[in-house]
Amino acid sequence: MHVLKTLLAQVKEFTRDSILTPIFMLVEVAMEMVIPLLMASIIDEGVNKGDMHHIFVIGAYMILAALVGLWAGMMGGKYGARASAGFARNLRKSMFANIQTFSFENIDKYSTAGLVTRLTTDVTNLQNSYQMILRMGMRAPASLIVAMIMSLYISPRLASVYLIAVLILACVLFLIISRVTKIFDYVFKKYDDLNASVQENISGIRVVKAYVREDFEKEKFQKASGNIYKFLLKAERILACNAPVMMTTVYTCILLISWLGAKMIVTSTFTTGELMSMLTYCMNILGSLMMLSMVFVMITMSVANANRVAEVLNEKATIVNPENPVMEVPNGDIDFDHVNFAYKKDAEEFVLEDIDLHIKRGETIGVLGGTGSAKSTLVNLISRLYDVTEGKVRVGDIDVRDYDLEVIRNQVSVVLQNNVLFSGTIYENLRWGSENATDEECQKACKLACADEFIERFPDGYDTYIEQGGSNVSGGQRQRLCIARALLKQPKVLILDDSTSAVDTATDAKIRKAFREEIPGTTKLIIAQRISSVQDADRIVVMDNGRIDGIGTHEELLESNAIYRDVYESQTGGGSGDFDEKEGE
Amino acid sequence: MPRQQAAPRGKGSLKVNKHIMGRLARYIFKMYGIHLIIVLVCILASVLCSLQGTMFMQNLIDDYITPMVEAHSVDFGPLLAAIGRVAGFYALGVVCAFLYNFIMAQVTQGTLRALRDEMFVHMEELPIRYFDTHQHGDIMSIYTNDIDALRQMISQSIPQMVNSGVTVIGVIVCMIRLSIPLTLVTLGMVAIMLLVTKFLAGNSGKYFGKQQRNLGRVNGNIEEMMNGQKVVKVFCHEEEAIEKFNALNDELFDSAYQANMYSNMLGPANAQIGNVSYVIVAVVGGILAIGGFGGFTLGGLASFLTFNKSLNMPIMQVSQQLNFIVMAMAGAERVFGLLDEKPEDDEGYVTLVNAKEENGQIVETSERTGMWAWKHYHQADGTTSYVKLEGDVVFDDVDFAYEPGKTVLHNIKMFATPGQKIAFVGATGAGKTTITNLINRFYDIADGKIRYDGININKIKKDDLRHSLGIVLQDTHLFTGTVADNIRYGKLDATDEEVHAAAKLANADSFIHKLPNGYDTVLTGDGANLSQGQRQLLAIARAAIADPPVLILDEATSSIDTRTEKIVQDGMDKLMAGRTTFVIAHRLSTIRNSDCIMVLDQGRIIERGNHDELIAEGGKYYQLYTGKIVNA
Repeated sequence: MHVLKTLLAQVKEFTRDSILTPIFMLVEVAMEMVIPLLMASIIDEGVNKGDMHHIFVIGAYMILAALVGLWAGMMGGKYGARASAGFARNLRKSMFANIQTFSFENIDKYSTAGLVTRLTTDVTNLQNSYQMILRMGMRAPASLIVAMIMSLYISPRLASVYLIAVLILACVLFLIISRVTKIFDYVFKKYDDLNASVQENISGIRVVKAYVREDFEKEKFQKASGNIYKFLLKAERILACNAPVMMTTVYTCILLISWLGAKMIVTSTFTTGELMSMLTYCMNILGSLMMLSMVFVMITMSVANANRVAEVLNEKATIVNPENPVMEVPNGDIDFDHVNFAYKKDAEEFVLEDIDLHIKRGETIGVLGGTGSAKSTLVNLISRLYDVTEGKVRVGDIDVRDYDLEVIRNQVSVVLQNNVLFSGTIYENLRWGSENATDEECQKACKLACADEFIERFPDGYDTYIEQGGSNVSGGQRQRLCIARALLKQPKVLILDDSTSAVDTATDAKIRKAFREEIPGTTKLIIAQRISSVQDADRIVVMDNGRIDGIGTHEELLESNAIYRDVYESQTGGGSGDFDEKEGE
Repeated sequence: MPRQQAAPRGKGSLKVNKHIMGRLARYIFKMYGIHLIIVLVCILASVLCSLQGTMFMQNLIDDYITPMVEAHSVDFGPLLAAIGRVAGFYALGVVCAFLYNFIMAQVTQGTLRALRDEMFVHMEELPIRYFDTHQHGDIMSIYTNDIDALRQMISQSIPQMVNSGVTVIGVIVCMIRLSIPLTLVTLGMVAIMLLVTKFLAGNSGKYFGKQQRNLGRVNGNIEEMMNGQKVVKVFCHEEEAIEKFNALNDELFDSAYQANMYSNMLGPANAQIGNVSYVIVAVVGGILAIGGFGGFTLGGLASFLTFNKSLNMPIMQVSQQLNFIVMAMAGAERVFGLLDEKPEDDEGYVTLVNAKEENGQIVETSERTGMWAWKHYHQADGTTSYVKLEGDVVFDDVDFAYEPGKTVLHNIKMFATPGQKIAFVGATGAGKTTITNLINRFYDIADGKIRYDGININKIKKDDLRHSLGIVLQDTHLFTGTVADNIRYGKLDATDEEVHAAAKLANADSFIHKLPNGYDTVLTGDGANLSQGQRQLLAIARAAIADPPVLILDEATSSIDTRTEKIVQDGMDKLMAGRTTFVIAHRLSTIRNSDCIMVLDQGRIIERGNHDELIAEGGKYYQLYTGKIVNA
């Protein structure tokens, strides 16, 4: 019910269409019911009696009814299409808008692929079901009921034949459907697995080929596809009973009615025209029943879609703007006051534990630590991408939770570990940082990030079109463009989360030099794996297992911190020699 | 690597490609010829049986009821007999309907299975280039959307069309027998119906095509934005994202609305034209009958009207199948497109065989000796020679281009003697990975020669060549299955002990033991439940178990943090011992002990030598790893 309410709230401006559709469908049904009566009248009163006048008059009525039916049917089709397409549009729109309010915590909850499916396949299925319900949900029962009443009116005795037939048919259809849905449920899961294995083979084709496992994979695939074939065949074969069962019922009804009807006509309690009408209603009733069973199947199948869509629509953003937000960040001081953090509220262990770190404006801080030591988590708290569990994070001496979200995120500029560029020109991508940046400002930022050298080598320069996900630039180029984009915000705090890993050491050094000289007032946090990326920082924070293991300059840490020394030695070859010491000379 | 975006393909124009249709028909017929003939016979029988029923209905009144009403003593006998006879026909019709539905289920599922299998088998044979130049999502959708569209058509549209076609012919024959002028009137109305159908279906087809394209665009946008959602947040770009999405979403709404509208109208339009046709026939027929033209009777008119009604039904059904057929043809075109892709060619004839040494001669053997040899058949003199597999690789003036005209590697000359460790360094895009991709012939060179143990690699059968090379790639790809299965990928018949030993060698053993089910832990979604570093360790173990004489490590340890790498290094050293190894890495620690380091810049080797030599040289290598030039 709750799900239904959530979804129906999205009908919005298409409410009128949604109401009109079934109404028009009812008019169409009414005409569908009237026409057989008129047809019967043409035969009984007109053709059989040779009354041309009657044929003309009733024929005119019938054409009128047909026109009304045509109009109603077309309008029903039009409004149905509009209502369902509109419903789908609103679902997508609202989901997309709601996703935009999501905090990182919300985003983490869903996988990218999961969100994409919800916005596409799930919505398309709901759209089809909605249209089906609007058009057939009213039409089929109405047609069923009216045909029933009409036949009861013509002859209660003959109508009882339908009742029995309807009951039997309903039972058999129900049996078939329930058996088939069970198989389909199972087989669709397997089908997903099969597709997943195709996907795996496409993306891992180099591994398959490198290990000459083509035949192995083929065999694996054929086994899986053979298995699916077996179950799908079983399901389809059960479904193959549908048509014969339907036919049997219709034929039985026709023969029974003919037999009983003939007897009644002989005793003059029934006319031949009435018999003809009865037979038409018979087809109507059974057709509607078939339609209803289809609607029923569609509804059952879209329940899962509905749940998944409603889940996204009802997801509440965990981070929202405070009531009277502070609209300005005074400076780039950063303070962590005994911060504890866990991704889940009820987690047993904190991911960050007792972080007490104070950074002055303009400082350059290096952050180092193994995979999983919570370096990224630490910096993500600064621009309030996550909220602390305990303690406080302050920027410019104000709790980050008191700032306007947009203000704090513009002033604390993060270059995320997973860099993403969007389809569009380089200029367009850069202007994500600052909408109104001039070409000169963009170029300056690129120069700082050492991106200018390769951009200028592109034939189209800054107007080069970046493909989706930045697939036409290399990893190192992508990282530098992302840094430039972040610089354009002219932030008070700049955070690079392992953002130069694919950039060679020389360029990396050049970028850091530019930072030092061009934006000295900006507080800079640099997370890196490479010692060389952080060793000239003012202070280096060594993270281990969610705690700060040591803080100090390169020299101090070499002296005092075992982890730092370990990393240093591993990267410079055991200190036995040559390389970095030479550099130090 | 240049990955070109496949051009979005137009889908759903109403033109049905006859060539594709014929090919699909041949494809199905070749597999299920007899089945299809039985189906055809069954449909024919089923239609004829139901026509019998329709005829009975017409004669019911004239031949049975009216005489009974007029007769003095009522005899239900003839009616009962007639009903019995018709019941027999009906029963036969039902049995036939069941049979053809039942057989069609097999034809449908069997065809789809065959197509899927054939597509997959073919896909595995395609060159890497194919995967570079096609979006993976696009390939996937052939397996899902396009095959689904075909299912709809084969299982429903084809029998429906045949059924309707037979019915229409049968009914028309009956009509002609009753009255030619009225038949012409009816056919005139059918023509109008067809015109209306063509108009509506044409429009809906046009908009369905537009809808598919818009859907593709919306999907693309969603995928892009969802992937970059965190970046959107960081840049407070939510409103712009919503704005862009809404514009695309509105376009989709518009085309979906139009497409569905036209296709929704098809049913009511044809139904009502059918009703009008009924009236016109009644009027014209009435005039004919009353005027007594051509001996046409009122009873005949009543029958004719019933036929008129039964003609409209199949036409309506066919018109509703049109969109499915159009969509299925677009799908079939893509399916056949994949099947028509040219597979990787392999003209190699030198094979890898187990060998042993006898009296200083290398001879072939069937047992696993641990020693391998290249079996080289010389066509010129009909002799066969054996060359021991050692891992001697020589590049002789090699040029290479992904696309003709855009050479990315120039004059690559290098040699690696057995057991040597050769490293490639250089900026991203310098051509490091490309070189290694040439050794195992993922791509073929444009000019020059690559020799492997003195044999031109073009002469070696690709499978055997690749068997002799172990590769650990930058992007690790794991497969759905247990951890042990994934390691065993390198050697399918490896024992549990061998698997454990390989894992220990790669230092993966300790983390595997911490997994919920150890070696039997099932990995899904490319090992999504493992960290990047752990996945790399598994990839190393996978290469280790294959035990190849030549090893290619492409940034194999880039995601392992330096402390862990130190531990892995040990295993790597063991793995590399005695093998020719090509290493690509940006970490100094990984490459510093190489026998030879090649510095690549824009597709050329600009420096070569060991670590000490290159440092002493003070060139690019020195710059790359010290960043010194900037500080100086």
